[in-house]
Amino acid sequence: MIEKVRPHPSQNEPLIFERSSPGKKAYQLPDLDVPAVDALEALGAANVRAEIAGFPEVSEVEAIRHFTRLSTWNYAIDYGMYPLGSCTMKYNPRINELVARTEGLAWAHPYQPEAQAQGCMEVMAKLEAALAEITGMDAVTLQPAAGAHGELTGILLIRALLEKRGNPRKKILIPDSAHGTNPATAAIAGYAVENIKSSESGVLDVAALEQIVNQDVAALMVTNPNTLGVFEENIVHVAEILHQKGAMLYMDGANMNALVGIARPGDFGVDVMHLNLHKTFSTPHGGGGPGAGPVAVKKMLEPFLPAPRLRRAGKKWAWDFKRKHSIGRVKAFYGNFGVLVRALAYILAHGGPGLRNATVDAVLNAVYIRKQLEPYFDLPYTQANMHEVVFSDDRQAKLGVRTGDIAKRLIDYGFHPYTVSFPLIVHGALMIEPTETEGKQEIDQFVSAMIAIAKEAESDPQLVKSAPHGTRTSRVDEVTAARKPVLRWKPA
Amino acid sequence: MLDACGVSSAEELFAHLPEAVRLPRPLALDPGISEYEIVQYFRDRAEENANGYASFLGAGIYNHFRPVLVDTVVSRGEFLTSYTPYQAEISQGTLTTIFEFQTMICQLTGMDVANASMYDGSTAVPEAAMMSVRATGKGRVLVARSVHPEYREVLRTYAKNQGMPVDEFGFVPETGAIDLEDLERRMDPLTAAVIVQSPNFFGIVDEVKAAAEIAHKHGALLVMVFTEAVSLGILEPPADADIVAGELQSFAISPSYGGPYAGIIATKEKLIRQVPGRLVGQSVDSRGNRAFCLTLATREQHIRREKATSNICTNQALIALMATVFMTVFGKEGLRELATQNLAKAHYLAGKLKPRFSGPFFNEFVARFEGKSPDELNKALLKKKIIGGLPLGRFYPELADSVLLCATEMTKRSDMDRLAEVAQ
Amino acid sequence: MYPDNYRYTKEHEWVLVEGDTGTVGITDHAQEELGDIVYVDLPKVGAAIEQGKSLGSVESVKAVSDIYCPVSGEVKEINSTLADQPESLNSDPHGAAWLVKLKLSNPAEAQSLMTAAEYQAYIGAEK
Repeated sequence: MIEKVRPHPSQNEPLIFERSSPGKKAYQLPDLDVPAVDALEALGAANVRAEIAGFPEVSEVEAIRHFTRLSTWNYAIDYGMYPLGSCTMKYNPRINELVARTEGLAWAHPYQPEAQAQGCMEVMAKLEAALAEITGMDAVTLQPAAGAHGELTGILLIRALLEKRGNPRKKILIPDSAHGTNPATAAIAGYAVENIKSSESGVLDVAALEQIVNQDVAALMVTNPNTLGVFEENIVHVAEILHQKGAMLYMDGANMNALVGIARPGDFGVDVMHLNLHKTFSTPHGGGGPGAGPVAVKKMLEPFLPAPRLRRAGKKWAWDFKRKHSIGRVKAFYGNFGVLVRALAYILAHGGPGLRNATVDAVLNAVYIRKQLEPYFDLPYTQANMHEVVFSDDRQAKLGVRTGDIAKRLIDYGFHPYTVSFPLIVHGALMIEPTETEGKQEIDQFVSAMIAIAKEAESDPQLVKSAPHGTRTSRVDEVTAARKPVLRWKPA
Repeated sequence: MLDACGVSSAEELFAHLPEAVRLPRPLALDPGISEYEIVQYFRDRAEENANGYASFLGAGIYNHFRPVLVDTVVSRGEFLTSYTPYQAEISQGTLTTIFEFQTMICQLTGMDVANASMYDGSTAVPEAAMMSVRATGKGRVLVARSVHPEYREVLRTYAKNQGMPVDEFGFVPETGAIDLEDLERRMDPLTAAVIVQSPNFFGIVDEVKAAAEIAHKHGALLVMVFTEAVSLGILEPPADADIVAGELQSFAISPSYGGPYAGIIATKEKLIRQVPGRLVGQSVDSRGNRAFCLTLATREQHIRREKATSNICTNQALIALMATVFMTVFGKEGLRELATQNLAKAHYLAGKLKPRFSGPFFNEFVARFEGKSPDELNKALLKKKIIGGLPLGRFYPELADSVLLCATEMTKRSDMDRLAEVAQ
Repeated sequence: MYPDNYRYTKEHEWVLVEGDTGTVGITDHAQEELGDIVYVDLPKVGAAIEQGKSLGSVESVKAVSDIYCPVSGEVKEINSTLADQPESLNSDPHGAAWLVKLKLSNPAEAQSLMTAAEYQAYIGAEK
C-alpha cells in the first residue's frame, strides 16, 4: 500500500484494485425476460470458472473519479504543443468524435447484408477516392490497421508482383535514417534488410544506390521528405534507377504532412505507399492508438490488394471477394472503419484548398522554428527543411547536457518533449515538428523555452540534467523496470 | 514570420522542390464544408444502413451494452489527444490505465503477463504463432477449422512470407468441437503451435485442455483464441494454454463496421521476452514514488529493428481504455452476471430452434431450418426488420444449409419469438 | 584496468585463454558505452560458435548490442548469476561478470587479437 505522499487526492489516486471492496457495484443490468439457465448444467462443471479473483469492485462515482484523476496526470494536445518530429501531432477535431458515433455507423456489424450497409461502404469508397487523389496513386486499400501494418501490406504487395514476374528477389534497401518499423516490417515479410548510408548532406546517396541495386533487390523503402525533414530532390532519378532494374519504390507516408496538395508521390515515381491517418489526417492518438494505415498503389499492384475490395454494382456498392491474385487478408473485416470516418470528416472539413493550406502552414511553422533556434542549437544538415527540423545536441553535449536532458527540461516549461535521439544518423538528435495547428504565439513560447534551456545548459547544466522538476512524477527508473519487470498488480 | 524565414511568401518555402514533382493544379477535391454539413453527411450515410433492426449476428463481433461511463472517460482530452507514453513523467494517466488493463487481462485469462494490446484478435493470432516459432525453434503451425475463418486467413497471409507451414484439423460433425483424433494424427515433432478457439466460431465451448495435452506431448505450444470476451465472465480460463490471443470488442467497443478494435496477447512468465507490442511496467521515480513506464522496449521495432519480435508500433490504447472502463464498471460480479444473461438468452432461442451441434455453447449456436435455406430465412426476417444469423455456406461448404445465430443481453425475447415464428 | 593476460577484440570483447579453455566477457569500455545493463542473452551449453559470430547480446534500457565470439569453441559453461544480476556486468566486467567458458577448437586464434596495450590504444583512438 502506497503512503500518502502528496496532500491532494487527485495526485494520490491508487490503482483501481486498491480502491476495490467486495460487493461494490457500478453496473445495473435489466432483469432477464427469459428463464435463467444453470451455467453448470448448460456448460458442464469443468467449464465454469470460479470468481474472477482481484477484478475491480467499485461504485460508479469511484470509477469516474479514478479515471478522471488519472487523466490529469497526462499531457495532451488539448493542453499544448507536441513538437514530436515525425508524429504530426495536429489538433484532433471534435467533430470527428461526434460523427464516428453516429448510431447507424457505430453499430453497423461487418457482416450486415450489403444492402443494409451501403452507408458504410459509401464512406469507405469516398475516402479511397480522396486518398488516391491526394497521393496521385491509382487504387487504395483501407484494410491495414496502422502504419506498420500498412508497411507490411505494401511489401507483401511488392513480393506478390515480383513473384508473378518470376522472381520475388531477396532484399529490401533501407536508408539508415529510416524509422524502426521499416526494417522490422521487411523482416516479417521474409526479406533480408540491407542498410544504405545517407550521403553527407543527409539525403539518399544516388551513386551508392546505383551500385547496389541489382536483381536481388526487391525494393527501396524511402520516406519523403526524409526523417531530417528534407525533400529527396533526386527522387525521380531514384525511382528510375530502381525501375530499370525491375525493383520497386516504396514510400513510408509518415511525412505526408509536408506534401498534401503540393506534390504527389504517385507523380514522382512511387509504386506503393502507406498513409498514417493518425498523423496527416488528424485522427486522435488516444495515448498510443488506434490508427489506420491505408495503402495506395499504382495500377500494376492493384490485382494483389487485400480482399475484399469495393466494387460498384449498378447504383450500389458491393464487396468483391473474387480476387484471385490478392495477397490475402491482413486483418479481419474491412479496416478500422471508425478511424476512417474521422479521417474523411477531416478531409471534408478542409476540402482541397484547406488541405493545401494546412501543408503550407505546417512547413512555414517548421522553417520559422529552424530560423529561431539555429543560433542556439547545432544544425548538422543545412538544406531547406520542410515540415520538421532536426538539430543535434553537440553544442550542449560539450557541457554534459544531452538531448534527453533538454527534452526533460522542456517539460518544466509546459511542453511535451520533441522526438529524442531519432533519426540515428544525427548524433543526439532533437527532431521537431510543430504541424499547422500551432499559431505564432504557441510557437514563440516554445522557441523561448528552447532558448532558455540552451542558456541553462551553459549557466546551470545540473538543472537541466536533473529535470523535470515541476511534474507530479520525476524521472522514472527504467533500469529497474527492465531488470525486474513487474507487469501486473498482485494483491499483497 | 515570413520575414524571420527570409521569404516574402509562404509559397517560396517550396521553391526548392524540383519542378517535375510539383503538383501543377489544385487537388480535385470539393471545397471544405461546415461542421453542420459534416454531421449531416454522416447522418445521411447512416440512414443508408440498417437502422432500428434487431440483429442476431455474432461471428466474431458482438452487440453488448456500452456503459455510458466509457465514452465519458475516453472523451477526456487528456486520454483522447495524448501521445504514446514514451515520456513517463507526463503520461502516468495512460501508463497507469494500461497497467490496470494488463492486470485485468491476466485475471480474466489466468495468464501471468499480458501486453498493452494488439490491433485486434485477427492479427494477434499470427503474432502468437510467430511467438511460438521463436520460443520452440520449430516452424509449423496447426490450426483448428473452428477458429474464425477470417482469423485463419490473416494467419496464412503472415505465415506464407515467413516460410511457416500452416495446416488445419477438423471438427466433429455431431458436437461442433475440435476433432482430437484428427489433431493427434496431424501432430508431428516440427509443430510449434496448436491453435484452437473457445468458444469456437460455432459458439461451442471447446476441448482446450485435451488439445493442450496433445500439443505438449509433442513439444508444441497451445495457443487459445477467443473472440467473445464476455464468455470469460463465466467460462473457466485456459490454464493449460501457453499463449492466449483474443479480441476485446465485446467490452464496450462499438462494432463500427469492422474496427477499430483491440486484441490481446497474454502468456506465461517464461515467454515474457517473446511478447510482441508494448508492455507497461511498475517502477519508482527519483523521489521514490510508485510510477509506471514502458519497459522491455528492446523487444520492439524502434530498437531491435529487423530483429524485433514484431513490426508493430501502435497499441490500441484508447480502445483498450474503453475495455478497461468496461471491466471496471461491470467488475467481478457484473461480468459474471452479464455472461449468465447471455447464456440464458441464447439457450432460450436454442430451445425454440434445433441446434445443429450437441456441444455446450455460450451465446452463439448453429441451426438449420426445415424447407428454408439460410438466404430465404434471412430475406423473410429482413421484412420484419430483423437481421438474421450468418449463413455459414460462405465459410463452410458442408454447413451451407445452416446459420450461426447469436443472442446477447441486448436481444429481446419478443425478437427471438418472432425469429422462431418465421423460422417455423 | 585491462588485464595483461587477456586478449581483446575490436568489438570490445575479451578472452582469457588457459590451455584449451577460453573465458569470454565484454570490456569495461563496452559496459560504459552501454550504460546500465538490464539483460544478458547467452547461448546454450553445448552450442558451437565460430570466431566472429554472435554468441548472444547485452541489453540496456534503450539499446541492444550483439556479443561476438573472440575465439571459436564449444560452450561449456555460462555465467548463471547474470540472469538475476545483470548489473554486475557494469561493476565487474573483467572478473565476476564473465559471460561464457568455451572449450576452444583452435586456441591459436587468440594470437590474432589485441593485447591490453593495443586495446587501450585502440579505444583511446576511438574517442
